[in-house]
Amino acid sequence: MAETHMSSVSARRGASSGLRPELLYGVGLLLALAAPFVLYPVFLMKVLCFALFACAFNLLIGFAGLLSFGHAAFFGGAAYVTAHAAKVWGWTPELALLAGTASAAILGLVIGALAIRRQGIYFAMITLALSQMVFFLALQLPFTGGEDGIQGVPRGFLFGALDLNQPLTMYYFVLAIFVFGFALIWRTVHSPFGQVLKAIRENEPRAISLGYRTERYKLVAFLLSASLAGLAGGTKALVFQLASLTDVQWQMSGEVVLMTLLGGMGTLFGPVVGATLVVTLQNYLAGTNLPVTVVIGAIFVVCVLVFRRGIIGEIQARLSNR
Amino acid sequence: MSDDIILEARDLTKEFKGFVAVKEVNLRVRRGTIHALIGPNGAGKSTVFNLLTKFLTPTRGTILFKGRDITRTRPADIARLGMVRSFQISAVFPHLSVLENVRVALQQPVGTSFHFWKPERSLHRLHDRAHELIEAVNLTSYTDHLAAELPYGRKRALEIATTLALDPEVLLLDEPLAGMGHEDIERTAQLIKRVAASRTVLMVEHNLSVVAHLSDTITVLRRGEILAEGPYATVSRNPQVMEAYMGSAPAPTAGGAGHA
Repeated sequence: MAETHMSSVSARRGASSGLRPELLYGVGLLLALAAPFVLYPVFLMKVLCFALFACAFNLLIGFAGLLSFGHAAFFGGAAYVTAHAAKVWGWTPELALLAGTASAAILGLVIGALAIRRQGIYFAMITLALSQMVFFLALQLPFTGGEDGIQGVPRGFLFGALDLNQPLTMYYFVLAIFVFGFALIWRTVHSPFGQVLKAIRENEPRAISLGYRTERYKLVAFLLSASLAGLAGGTKALVFQLASLTDVQWQMSGEVVLMTLLGGMGTLFGPVVGATLVVTLQNYLAGTNLPVTVVIGAIFVVCVLVFRRGIIGEIQARLSNR
Repeated sequence: MSDDIILEARDLTKEFKGFVAVKEVNLRVRRGTIHALIGPNGAGKSTVFNLLTKFLTPTRGTILFKGRDITRTRPADIARLGMVRSFQISAVFPHLSVLENVRVALQQPVGTSFHFWKPERSLHRLHDRAHELIEAVNLTSYTDHLAAELPYGRKRALEIATTLALDPEVLLLDEPLAGMGHEDIERTAQLIKRVAASRTVLMVEHNLSVVAHLSDTITVLRRGEILAEGPYATVSRNPQVMEAYMGSAPAPTAGGAGHA
Protein backbone atom coordinates (compact mmCIF):
# COMPACT_ATOMS: atom_id res chain seq x y z
CA MET A 1 0.00 0.00 0.00
CA ALA A 2 2.72 2.39 -0.92
CA GLU A 3 1.13 5.57 -2.07
CA THR A 4 3.15 8.31 -3.73
CA HIS A 5 3.39 10.31 -0.53
CA MET A 6 4.26 7.24 1.46
CA SER A 7 6.90 5.96 -0.91
CA SER A 8 8.82 9.20 -0.64
CA VAL A 9 8.41 9.30 3.09
CA SER A 10 9.65 5.78 3.55
CA ALA A 11 12.49 6.47 1.14
CA ARG A 12 13.57 9.31 3.38
CA ARG A 13 13.44 7.20 6.49
CA GLY A 14 15.12 4.21 4.95
CA ALA A 15 13.49 0.85 4.43
CA SER A 16 14.15 -0.39 7.95
CA SER A 17 11.31 1.31 9.83
CA GLY A 18 7.55 1.20 9.55
CA LEU A 19 5.21 -1.42 8.18
CA ARG A 20 6.54 -3.40 5.29
CA PRO A 21 3.94 -3.47 2.51
CA GLU A 22 5.21 -6.86 1.32
CA LEU A 23 4.43 -8.29 4.75
CA LEU A 24 0.91 -6.86 4.69
CA TYR A 25 0.30 -8.23 1.20
CA GLY A 26 1.49 -11.65 2.38
CA VAL A 27 -0.86 -11.62 5.37
CA GLY A 28 -3.70 -10.44 3.15
CA LEU A 29 -3.09 -13.25 0.69
CA LEU A 30 -3.02 -15.87 3.47
CA LEU A 31 -6.31 -14.53 4.82
CA ALA A 32 -7.80 -14.65 1.33
CA LEU A 33 -6.65 -18.25 0.91
CA ALA A 34 -8.24 -19.29 4.21
CA ALA A 35 -11.38 -17.17 3.94
CA PRO A 36 -13.69 -19.59 2.03
CA PHE A 37 -13.47 -22.05 4.92
CA VAL A 38 -15.04 -19.46 7.19
CA LEU A 39 -17.17 -17.27 4.95
CA TYR A 40 -19.61 -17.92 2.15
CA PRO A 41 -17.56 -18.27 -1.10
CA VAL A 42 -20.03 -16.48 -3.39
CA PHE A 43 -19.94 -13.47 -1.09
CA LEU A 44 -16.13 -13.52 -1.11
CA MET A 45 -16.06 -13.80 -4.90
CA LYS A 46 -18.40 -10.83 -5.17
CA VAL A 47 -16.03 -8.85 -2.93
CA LEU A 48 -13.04 -9.83 -5.08
CA CYS A 49 -14.80 -8.87 -8.33
CA PHE A 50 -15.76 -5.45 -7.01
CA ALA A 51 -12.35 -4.96 -5.40
CA LEU A 52 -10.70 -5.54 -8.79
CA PHE A 53 -13.22 -3.20 -10.43
CA ALA A 54 -12.46 -0.48 -7.87
CA CYS A 55 -8.69 -1.00 -8.22
CA ALA A 56 -9.00 -0.60 -11.98
CA PHE A 57 -11.02 2.57 -11.54
CA ASN A 58 -8.52 3.87 -8.99
CA LEU A 59 -5.65 3.42 -11.46
CA LEU A 60 -7.31 6.13 -13.51
CA ILE A 61 -8.46 8.58 -10.86
CA GLY A 62 -5.79 8.00 -8.25
CA PHE A 63 -2.73 7.84 -10.46
CA ALA A 64 -3.69 9.70 -13.62
CA GLY A 65 -6.14 12.16 -12.06
CA LEU A 66 -8.95 11.25 -14.48
CA LEU A 67 -12.47 10.87 -13.09
CA SER A 68 -14.38 8.48 -15.30
CA PHE A 69 -18.09 8.30 -14.72
CA GLY A 70 -18.65 5.55 -17.24
CA HIS A 71 -16.78 2.54 -15.97
CA ALA A 72 -19.98 0.51 -15.81
CA ALA A 73 -19.77 0.31 -19.61
CA PHE A 74 -16.55 -1.72 -19.38
CA PHE A 75 -17.67 -3.77 -16.40
CA GLY A 76 -21.10 -4.57 -17.79
CA GLY A 77 -20.07 -4.76 -21.44
CA ALA A 78 -17.46 -7.39 -20.63
CA ALA A 79 -20.01 -9.25 -18.48
CA TYR A 80 -22.34 -9.55 -21.50
CA VAL A 81 -19.59 -10.64 -23.89
CA THR A 82 -18.22 -13.19 -21.42
CA ALA A 83 -21.70 -14.56 -20.69
CA HIS A 84 -22.54 -14.77 -24.39
CA ALA A 85 -19.24 -16.47 -25.27
CA ALA A 86 -19.65 -19.02 -22.48
CA LYS A 87 -23.34 -19.74 -22.99
CA VAL A 88 -24.05 -19.38 -26.72
CA TRP A 89 -20.66 -20.12 -28.24
CA GLY A 90 -19.79 -22.68 -25.58
CA TRP A 91 -16.30 -21.29 -24.97
CA THR A 92 -14.25 -22.42 -21.99
CA PRO A 93 -14.34 -19.91 -19.09
CA GLU A 94 -10.80 -18.61 -19.60
CA LEU A 95 -11.47 -17.90 -23.31
CA ALA A 96 -14.83 -16.32 -22.54
CA LEU A 97 -13.12 -14.07 -19.99
CA LEU A 98 -10.44 -13.14 -22.50
CA ALA A 99 -13.15 -12.23 -25.01
CA GLY A 100 -14.90 -10.09 -22.40
CA THR A 101 -11.68 -8.35 -21.41
CA ALA A 102 -10.76 -7.74 -25.05
CA SER A 103 -14.17 -6.20 -25.71
CA ALA A 104 -13.68 -3.88 -22.73
CA ALA A 105 -10.25 -2.93 -24.06
CA ILE A 106 -11.67 -2.03 -27.49
CA LEU A 107 -14.51 -0.09 -25.88
CA GLY A 108 -11.95 1.62 -23.63
CA LEU A 109 -9.87 2.63 -26.62
CA VAL A 110 -12.88 4.21 -28.34
CA ILE A 111 -14.35 5.95 -25.28
CA GLY A 112 -10.90 6.92 -24.02
CA ALA A 113 -9.84 8.44 -27.34
CA LEU A 114 -12.96 10.60 -27.36
CA ALA A 115 -12.90 11.56 -23.68
CA ILE A 116 -9.24 12.43 -23.07
CA ARG A 117 -9.52 15.45 -25.33
CA ARG A 118 -11.39 17.14 -22.52
CA GLN A 119 -10.53 17.65 -18.88
CA GLY A 120 -12.14 17.66 -15.45
CA ILE A 121 -15.91 17.66 -15.38
CA TYR A 122 -16.14 17.53 -19.19
CA PHE A 123 -14.12 14.34 -19.22
CA ALA A 124 -16.48 12.82 -16.65
CA MET A 125 -19.55 13.93 -18.62
CA ILE A 126 -18.28 12.46 -21.90
CA THR A 127 -17.53 9.11 -20.25
CA LEU A 128 -21.01 9.18 -18.68
CA ALA A 129 -22.71 9.99 -21.99
CA LEU A 130 -20.84 7.29 -23.90
CA SER A 131 -21.48 4.69 -21.22
CA GLN A 132 -25.18 5.53 -21.38
CA MET A 133 -25.01 4.69 -25.08
CA VAL A 134 -23.56 1.32 -24.14
CA PHE A 135 -26.44 0.91 -21.68
CA PHE A 136 -29.01 1.51 -24.41
CA LEU A 137 -27.22 -0.92 -26.69
CA ALA A 138 -27.40 -3.51 -23.90
CA LEU A 139 -31.12 -2.79 -23.57
CA GLN A 140 -31.87 -3.01 -27.30
CA LEU A 141 -29.50 -5.54 -28.85
CA PRO A 142 -31.03 -8.99 -29.30
CA PHE A 143 -28.13 -10.98 -27.79
CA THR A 144 -28.27 -9.27 -24.39
CA GLY A 145 -31.74 -10.49 -23.51
CA GLY A 146 -33.11 -7.04 -22.67
CA GLU A 147 -34.59 -6.79 -19.18
CA ASP A 148 -33.84 -10.45 -18.46
CA GLY A 149 -30.14 -10.25 -19.23
CA ILE A 150 -28.21 -13.43 -20.00
CA GLN A 151 -29.14 -16.00 -17.40
CA GLY A 152 -27.86 -19.46 -16.64
CA VAL A 153 -24.34 -18.80 -17.85
CA PRO A 154 -22.35 -22.03 -17.47
CA ARG A 155 -19.19 -21.70 -15.39
CA GLY A 156 -17.76 -24.62 -17.31
CA PHE A 157 -14.42 -26.33 -16.93
CA LEU A 158 -11.29 -24.20 -16.58
CA PHE A 159 -8.82 -25.23 -19.30
CA GLY A 160 -11.32 -27.99 -20.01
CA ALA A 161 -10.29 -29.79 -16.81
CA LEU A 162 -11.15 -27.99 -13.56
CA ASP A 163 -14.84 -27.97 -12.68
CA LEU A 164 -15.74 -24.41 -11.74
CA ASN A 165 -19.11 -25.49 -10.39
CA GLN A 166 -17.19 -26.54 -7.29
CA PRO A 167 -17.39 -23.42 -5.10
CA LEU A 168 -13.82 -23.71 -3.82
CA THR A 169 -12.32 -24.21 -7.29
CA MET A 170 -14.25 -21.21 -8.56
CA TYR A 171 -13.15 -19.17 -5.56
CA TYR A 172 -9.46 -19.86 -6.10
CA PHE A 173 -9.84 -19.10 -9.81
CA VAL A 174 -11.40 -15.72 -8.95
CA LEU A 175 -8.70 -15.09 -6.33
CA ALA A 176 -6.00 -15.82 -8.93
CA ILE A 177 -7.63 -13.32 -11.33
CA PHE A 178 -7.77 -10.71 -8.60
CA VAL A 179 -4.12 -11.23 -7.61
CA PHE A 180 -3.11 -10.98 -11.27
CA GLY A 181 -5.08 -7.73 -11.73
CA PHE A 182 -3.81 -6.22 -8.49
CA ALA A 183 -0.21 -7.16 -9.30
CA LEU A 184 -0.53 -5.59 -12.75
CA ILE A 185 -1.80 -2.36 -11.21
CA TRP A 186 0.96 -2.42 -8.59
CA ARG A 187 3.54 -2.88 -11.30
CA THR A 188 2.04 -0.14 -13.46
CA VAL A 189 2.04 2.35 -10.60
CA HIS A 190 5.69 1.52 -9.83
CA SER A 191 6.97 1.63 -13.39
CA PRO A 192 8.53 4.25 -15.66
CA PHE A 193 5.05 4.69 -17.11
CA GLY A 194 3.60 5.17 -13.63
CA GLN A 195 6.12 7.93 -12.94
CA VAL A 196 5.00 9.85 -16.02
CA LEU A 197 1.37 9.26 -15.09
CA LYS A 198 1.92 10.77 -11.64
CA ALA A 199 3.72 13.71 -13.21
CA ILE A 200 0.73 14.31 -15.49
CA ARG A 201 -1.64 14.07 -12.52
CA GLU A 202 0.47 16.55 -10.57
CA ASN A 203 1.02 19.13 -13.30
CA GLU A 204 0.00 18.39 -16.85
CA PRO A 205 1.28 21.58 -18.55
CA ARG A 206 4.69 20.98 -17.01
CA ALA A 207 4.71 17.38 -18.25
CA ILE A 208 3.90 18.67 -21.74
CA SER A 209 6.70 21.22 -21.52
CA LEU A 210 9.10 18.37 -20.72
CA GLY A 211 8.20 16.77 -24.02
CA TYR A 212 5.53 14.27 -22.96
CA ARG A 213 2.57 13.87 -25.30
CA THR A 214 0.31 13.55 -22.31
CA GLU A 215 -2.81 12.50 -24.17
CA ARG A 216 -1.13 9.24 -25.22
CA TYR A 217 -0.20 8.38 -21.65
CA LYS A 218 -3.70 9.11 -20.50
CA LEU A 219 -5.08 6.90 -23.25
CA VAL A 220 -2.84 3.97 -22.25
CA ALA A 221 -3.93 4.42 -18.62
CA PHE A 222 -7.56 4.51 -19.72
CA LEU A 223 -7.07 1.37 -21.79
CA LEU A 224 -5.48 -0.51 -18.88
CA SER A 225 -8.18 0.63 -16.49
CA ALA A 226 -11.00 -0.30 -18.87
CA SER A 227 -9.50 -3.73 -19.58
CA LEU A 228 -9.15 -4.58 -15.90
CA ALA A 229 -12.67 -3.29 -15.20
CA GLY A 230 -13.79 -5.62 -17.99
CA LEU A 231 -11.89 -8.53 -16.46
CA ALA A 232 -13.72 -7.85 -13.19
CA GLY A 233 -17.11 -7.67 -14.96
CA GLY A 234 -16.52 -10.86 -16.93
CA THR A 235 -15.50 -12.69 -13.78
CA LYS A 236 -18.63 -11.47 -12.03
CA ALA A 237 -20.76 -12.82 -14.89
CA LEU A 238 -19.20 -16.26 -14.37
CA VAL A 239 -19.57 -16.15 -10.58
CA PHE A 240 -23.26 -15.23 -10.64
CA GLN A 241 -23.86 -16.98 -13.97
CA LEU A 242 -25.65 -13.80 -15.00
CA ALA A 243 -25.06 -10.65 -17.02
CA SER A 244 -27.75 -8.04 -16.56
CA LEU A 245 -28.58 -4.38 -17.02
CA THR A 246 -27.53 -3.69 -13.42
CA ASP A 247 -23.91 -4.18 -14.51
CA VAL A 248 -24.04 -1.49 -17.22
CA GLN A 249 -26.24 1.00 -15.40
CA TRP A 250 -24.84 4.38 -14.41
CA GLN A 251 -25.44 3.48 -10.76
CA MET A 252 -22.67 0.93 -11.15
CA SER A 253 -20.31 3.71 -12.27
CA GLY A 254 -21.33 5.65 -9.19
CA GLU A 255 -20.85 2.69 -6.90
CA VAL A 256 -17.25 2.22 -7.96
CA VAL A 257 -16.55 5.92 -7.32
CA LEU A 258 -18.03 5.47 -3.85
CA MET A 259 -15.94 2.38 -3.09
CA THR A 260 -12.73 4.06 -4.21
CA LEU A 261 -13.34 7.26 -2.27
CA LEU A 262 -14.35 5.37 0.87
CA GLY A 263 -11.23 3.23 0.82
CA GLY A 264 -8.88 6.02 -0.23
CA MET A 265 -8.20 7.02 -3.82
CA GLY A 266 -4.59 7.06 -4.91
CA THR A 267 -3.71 4.35 -2.40
CA LEU A 268 -3.22 0.87 -3.80
CA PHE A 269 -5.14 -1.00 -1.13
CA GLY A 270 -7.87 1.58 -0.45
CA PRO A 271 -10.24 0.44 -3.20
CA VAL A 272 -10.06 -3.14 -1.89
CA VAL A 273 -11.10 -1.96 1.57
CA GLY A 274 -13.80 0.31 0.12
CA ALA A 275 -15.24 -2.46 -2.07
CA THR A 276 -15.22 -4.93 0.83
CA LEU A 277 -17.03 -2.46 3.04
CA VAL A 278 -19.71 -1.56 0.49
CA VAL A 279 -20.38 -5.15 -0.60
CA THR A 280 -20.52 -6.32 3.02
CA LEU A 281 -22.96 -3.58 3.93
CA GLN A 282 -25.13 -4.32 0.91
CA ASN A 283 -25.24 -8.00 1.81
CA TYR A 284 -25.87 -7.40 5.49
CA LEU A 285 -28.46 -4.67 5.02
CA ALA A 286 -30.34 -6.69 2.39
CA GLY A 287 -31.46 -8.95 5.24
CA THR A 288 -32.82 -6.10 7.31
CA ASN A 289 -35.63 -3.61 6.82
CA LEU A 290 -33.27 -0.65 6.48
CA PRO A 291 -33.12 1.19 3.16
CA VAL A 292 -29.71 0.12 1.77
CA THR A 293 -28.95 3.15 -0.39
CA VAL A 294 -29.83 5.61 2.36
CA VAL A 295 -27.55 3.92 4.89
CA ILE A 296 -24.63 3.67 2.44
CA GLY A 297 -25.23 7.26 1.37
CA ALA A 298 -25.13 8.41 5.00
CA ILE A 299 -21.89 6.51 5.61
CA PHE A 300 -20.42 8.12 2.53
CA VAL A 301 -21.36 11.60 3.74
CA VAL A 302 -19.78 10.91 7.13
CA CYS A 303 -16.60 9.63 5.48
CA VAL A 304 -16.28 12.67 3.26
CA LEU A 305 -16.75 14.95 6.27
CA VAL A 306 -14.56 13.10 8.77
CA PHE A 307 -11.82 11.45 6.78
CA ARG A 308 -11.53 12.92 3.38
CA ARG A 309 -8.60 10.79 2.29
CA GLY A 310 -10.61 7.61 2.73
CA ILE A 311 -9.92 4.86 5.22
CA ILE A 312 -6.50 3.74 3.98
CA GLY A 313 -5.52 7.26 2.96
CA GLU A 314 -6.22 8.49 6.46
CA ILE A 315 -4.27 5.64 8.09
CA GLN A 316 -1.29 6.33 5.84
CA ALA A 317 -1.40 10.03 6.63
CA ARG A 318 -1.45 9.30 10.38
CA LEU A 319 1.45 6.87 10.09
CA SER A 320 3.61 9.26 8.12
CA ASN A 321 2.93 12.12 10.55
CA ARG A 322 4.19 10.15 13.51
CA MET B 1 28.61 32.69 -35.19
CA SER B 2 27.41 35.34 -32.78
CA ASP B 3 24.80 36.59 -35.25
CA ASP B 4 23.32 33.16 -35.66
CA ILE B 5 19.55 33.42 -35.01
CA ILE B 6 18.23 30.40 -33.15
CA LEU B 7 14.67 31.56 -32.53
CA GLU B 8 12.71 33.99 -34.61
CA ALA B 9 9.16 35.32 -34.59
CA ARG B 10 7.78 37.10 -37.64
CA ASP B 11 4.74 39.35 -37.42
CA LEU B 12 3.47 37.37 -34.47
CA THR B 13 -0.12 38.36 -33.69
CA LYS B 14 -2.61 37.01 -31.18
CA GLU B 15 -6.18 38.18 -30.93
CA PHE B 16 -8.64 37.15 -28.24
CA LYS B 17 -12.18 37.84 -29.46
CA GLY B 18 -11.34 41.18 -30.99
CA PHE B 19 -8.80 42.18 -28.37
CA VAL B 20 -5.28 42.28 -29.79
CA ALA B 21 -2.98 40.95 -27.08
CA VAL B 22 0.11 40.75 -29.27
CA LYS B 23 0.49 42.77 -32.45
CA GLU B 24 3.01 42.06 -35.20
CA VAL B 25 5.89 41.25 -32.93
CA ASN B 26 9.19 40.55 -34.64
CA LEU B 27 11.73 38.92 -32.40
CA ARG B 28 15.16 37.52 -33.17
CA VAL B 29 17.00 35.64 -30.45
CA ARG B 30 20.70 35.13 -31.12
CA ARG B 31 22.30 31.83 -30.22
CA GLY B 32 24.24 31.83 -26.97
CA THR B 33 22.78 35.04 -25.56
CA ILE B 34 20.47 35.92 -22.71
CA HIS B 35 17.53 37.74 -24.15
CA ALA B 36 15.00 39.40 -21.87
CA LEU B 37 11.46 40.28 -22.72
CA ILE B 38 10.17 42.96 -20.39
CA GLY B 39 7.24 45.30 -20.08
CA PRO B 40 4.64 46.60 -17.68
CA ASN B 41 1.58 44.61 -16.64
CA GLY B 42 -0.58 43.56 -19.55
CA ALA B 43 2.12 44.24 -22.12
CA GLY B 44 1.68 40.80 -23.64
CA LYS B 45 4.94 39.27 -22.44
CA SER B 46 3.39 36.07 -21.22
CA THR B 47 1.25 35.80 -24.33
CA VAL B 48 4.34 36.05 -26.54
CA PHE B 49 5.95 33.44 -24.36
CA ASN B 50 3.02 31.07 -24.64
CA LEU B 51 2.93 31.61 -28.40
CA LEU B 52 6.60 30.77 -28.77
CA THR B 53 6.19 27.53 -26.83
CA LYS B 54 2.94 26.70 -28.61
CA PHE B 55 0.80 26.71 -25.48
CA LEU B 56 -1.20 29.28 -27.46
CA THR B 57 -1.78 29.28 -31.21
CA PRO B 58 -0.94 32.53 -33.00
CA THR B 59 -3.69 34.23 -35.00
CA ARG B 60 -1.11 35.30 -37.57
CA GLY B 61 2.63 35.13 -37.99
CA THR B 62 5.40 32.59 -38.14
CA ILE B 63 7.78 31.11 -35.59
CA LEU B 64 11.12 29.70 -36.70
CA PHE B 65 13.35 27.57 -34.51
CA LYS B 66 16.80 26.91 -36.01
CA GLY B 67 15.37 28.00 -39.36
CA ARG B 68 12.56 25.49 -39.16
CA ASP B 69 8.93 26.57 -39.13
CA ILE B 70 7.38 25.45 -35.85
CA THR B 71 4.19 27.50 -36.05
CA ARG B 72 2.06 24.35 -36.22
CA THR B 73 4.15 22.07 -34.00
CA ARG B 74 2.60 20.67 -30.83
CA PRO B 75 3.97 21.87 -27.47
CA ALA B 76 5.34 18.47 -26.41
CA ASP B 77 7.28 18.26 -29.67
CA ILE B 78 8.82 21.69 -29.13
CA ALA B 79 10.54 20.26 -26.05
CA ARG B 80 11.85 17.35 -28.09
CA LEU B 81 13.34 19.77 -30.60
CA GLY B 82 15.42 21.35 -27.83
CA MET B 83 13.41 24.30 -26.55
CA VAL B 84 12.10 23.88 -23.00
CA ARG B 85 10.05 26.38 -21.06
CA SER B 86 9.41 27.06 -17.42
CA PHE B 87 6.26 28.56 -15.95
CA GLN B 88 5.35 31.74 -14.17
CA ILE B 89 3.91 29.98 -11.16
CA SER B 90 6.48 27.49 -9.99
CA ALA B 91 5.95 24.34 -11.99
CA VAL B 92 7.11 21.37 -10.00
CA PHE B 93 5.41 18.04 -9.43
CA PRO B 94 4.45 18.67 -5.78
CA HIS B 95 3.95 15.11 -4.57
CA LEU B 96 7.03 13.69 -6.22
CA SER B 97 10.37 13.95 -4.46
CA VAL B 98 13.04 16.34 -5.70
CA LEU B 99 14.88 13.38 -7.17
CA GLU B 100 11.76 12.11 -8.93
CA ASN B 101 11.01 15.56 -10.31
CA VAL B 102 14.36 15.68 -12.07
CA ARG B 103 14.21 12.02 -13.04
CA VAL B 104 10.87 12.43 -14.81
CA ALA B 105 12.59 14.86 -17.15
CA LEU B 106 15.65 12.64 -17.60
CA GLN B 107 13.36 9.75 -18.36
CA GLN B 108 11.72 11.41 -21.35
CA PRO B 109 14.45 10.85 -23.98
CA VAL B 110 15.15 7.30 -22.69
CA GLY B 111 12.13 5.89 -24.47
CA THR B 112 10.80 3.50 -21.80
CA SER B 113 8.12 5.87 -20.59
CA PHE B 114 5.27 3.70 -21.85
CA HIS B 115 6.71 0.55 -20.25
CA PHE B 116 4.17 -0.13 -17.52
CA TRP B 117 5.54 -3.65 -17.02
CA LYS B 118 9.05 -2.55 -16.02
CA PRO B 119 10.05 -1.97 -12.40
CA GLU B 120 10.88 1.48 -11.12
CA ARG B 121 14.39 0.09 -10.55
CA SER B 122 14.97 0.36 -14.28
CA LEU B 123 15.12 4.13 -13.77
CA HIS B 124 17.84 3.99 -11.12
CA ARG B 125 20.57 4.33 -13.69
CA LEU B 126 19.39 7.91 -14.16
CA HIS B 127 20.12 8.72 -10.52
CA ASP B 128 23.75 9.75 -11.00
CA ARG B 129 22.82 12.36 -13.56
CA ALA B 130 19.87 13.48 -11.42
CA HIS B 131 22.15 13.96 -8.40
CA GLU B 132 24.53 16.05 -10.52
CA LEU B 133 21.72 18.32 -11.64
CA ILE B 134 20.36 18.64 -8.11
CA GLU B 135 23.80 19.55 -6.88
CA ALA B 136 24.19 22.14 -9.62
CA VAL B 137 21.25 24.06 -8.18
CA ASN B 138 22.33 23.50 -4.55
CA LEU B 139 19.45 21.26 -3.60
CA THR B 140 21.44 18.20 -2.52
CA SER B 141 20.18 18.39 1.07
CA TYR B 142 16.59 18.32 -0.22
CA THR B 143 17.00 15.34 -2.57
CA ASP B 144 14.43 13.08 -0.87
CA HIS B 145 11.99 15.79 0.14
CA LEU B 146 8.69 16.20 -1.60
CA ALA B 147 8.76 19.19 -3.93
CA ALA B 148 5.71 20.59 -2.13
CA GLU B 149 7.79 20.97 1.05
CA LEU B 150 10.41 23.25 -0.52
CA PRO B 151 10.48 27.00 0.10
CA TYR B 152 9.48 29.07 -2.91
CA GLY B 153 12.96 30.01 -4.08
CA ARG B 154 14.09 26.39 -3.93
CA LYS B 155 11.12 25.33 -6.01
CA ARG B 156 12.27 27.68 -8.75
CA ALA B 157 15.74 26.18 -8.52
CA LEU B 158 14.27 22.69 -8.80
CA GLU B 159 12.33 23.83 -11.83
CA ILE B 160 15.53 24.96 -13.49
CA ALA B 161 17.24 21.65 -12.66
CA THR B 162 14.29 19.79 -14.19
CA THR B 163 14.45 21.93 -17.31
CA LEU B 164 18.20 21.43 -17.61
CA ALA B 165 17.72 17.67 -17.38
CA LEU B 166 16.53 17.75 -20.96
CA ASP B 167 19.74 19.52 -21.97
CA PRO B 168 17.84 22.04 -24.09
CA GLU B 169 19.50 24.38 -26.56
CA VAL B 170 17.05 27.13 -25.67
CA LEU B 171 15.62 27.78 -22.24
CA LEU B 172 12.52 29.89 -21.94
CA LEU B 173 12.08 31.19 -18.42
CA ASP B 174 8.80 32.85 -17.48
CA GLU B 175 9.55 35.37 -14.71
CA PRO B 176 12.14 33.16 -13.01
CA LEU B 177 12.80 35.80 -10.35
CA ALA B 178 9.25 36.82 -9.56
CA GLY B 179 8.16 36.59 -5.94
CA MET B 180 11.65 35.88 -4.64
CA GLY B 181 13.46 37.40 -1.73
CA HIS B 182 16.63 39.37 -2.26
CA GLU B 183 18.96 36.51 -1.49
CA ASP B 184 17.15 34.10 -3.78
CA ILE B 185 17.20 36.60 -6.63
CA GLU B 186 20.96 36.89 -6.45
CA ARG B 187 21.44 33.12 -6.30
CA THR B 188 19.02 32.43 -9.14
CA ALA B 189 20.50 35.18 -11.31
CA GLN B 190 23.93 33.57 -10.86
CA LEU B 191 22.42 30.22 -11.74
CA ILE B 192 20.87 31.58 -14.93
CA LYS B 193 24.19 33.11 -15.90
CA ARG B 194 25.98 29.81 -15.36
CA VAL B 195 23.39 27.91 -17.32
CA ALA B 196 23.52 30.38 -20.18
CA ALA B 197 27.24 29.80 -20.69
CA SER B 198 26.45 26.99 -23.08
CA ARG B 199 22.87 27.77 -24.01
CA THR B 200 20.46 30.40 -25.20
CA VAL B 201 18.08 31.88 -22.65
CA LEU B 202 14.96 33.86 -23.36
CA MET B 203 13.37 35.18 -20.20
CA VAL B 204 10.29 37.19 -19.43
CA GLU B 205 10.59 39.69 -16.62
CA HIS B 206 8.46 42.37 -15.12
CA ASN B 207 11.25 44.60 -13.92
CA LEU B 208 13.91 46.28 -15.99
CA SER B 209 16.46 46.56 -13.21
CA VAL B 210 16.41 42.86 -12.42
CA VAL B 211 17.55 41.92 -15.90
CA ALA B 212 19.91 44.85 -16.28
CA HIS B 213 23.14 42.98 -15.63
CA LEU B 214 21.87 39.62 -16.71
CA SER B 215 20.83 40.01 -20.31
CA ASP B 216 22.65 40.78 -23.54
CA THR B 217 19.55 42.02 -25.30
CA ILE B 218 16.36 43.47 -23.91
CA THR B 219 13.09 43.75 -25.79
CA VAL B 220 10.51 46.04 -24.24
CA LEU B 221 6.88 45.34 -24.97
CA ARG B 222 3.97 47.66 -24.39
CA ARG B 223 0.34 46.94 -25.22
CA GLY B 224 1.33 43.99 -27.34
CA GLU B 225 3.85 45.86 -29.45
CA ILE B 226 7.61 46.18 -29.35
CA LEU B 227 8.61 49.54 -27.94
CA ALA B 228 12.37 49.25 -27.94
CA GLU B 229 15.12 46.73 -28.31
CA GLY B 230 18.82 46.64 -27.54
CA PRO B 231 21.31 46.33 -24.70
CA TYR B 232 20.34 47.69 -21.28
CA ALA B 233 22.33 50.91 -21.69
CA THR B 234 20.37 51.86 -24.80
CA VAL B 235 16.96 50.64 -23.72
CA SER B 236 17.02 52.20 -20.26
CA ARG B 237 17.73 55.64 -21.73
CA ASN B 238 14.95 55.40 -24.27
CA PRO B 239 12.40 58.13 -23.37
CA GLN B 240 9.45 55.98 -24.45
CA VAL B 241 10.56 53.15 -22.19
CA MET B 242 10.99 55.52 -19.28
CA GLU B 243 7.55 56.92 -19.91
CA ALA B 244 6.00 53.46 -20.18
CA TYR B 245 7.36 52.54 -16.80
CA MET B 246 6.72 55.85 -15.11
CA GLY B 247 3.25 55.95 -16.57
CA SER B 248 2.14 52.58 -15.25
CA ALA B 249 4.23 51.90 -12.19
CA PRO B 250 6.97 53.62 -10.22
CA ALA B 251 10.55 52.90 -11.12
CA PRO B 252 11.00 49.16 -11.22
CA THR B 253 12.56 47.61 -8.17
CA ALA B 254 13.77 44.14 -7.47
CA GLY B 255 11.49 41.52 -6.00
CA GLY B 256 8.14 42.68 -7.29
CA ALA B 257 5.67 39.84 -7.58
CA GLY B 258 4.65 40.98 -11.02
CA HIS B 259 2.69 39.17 -13.62
CA ALA B 260 1.53 40.20 -17.03
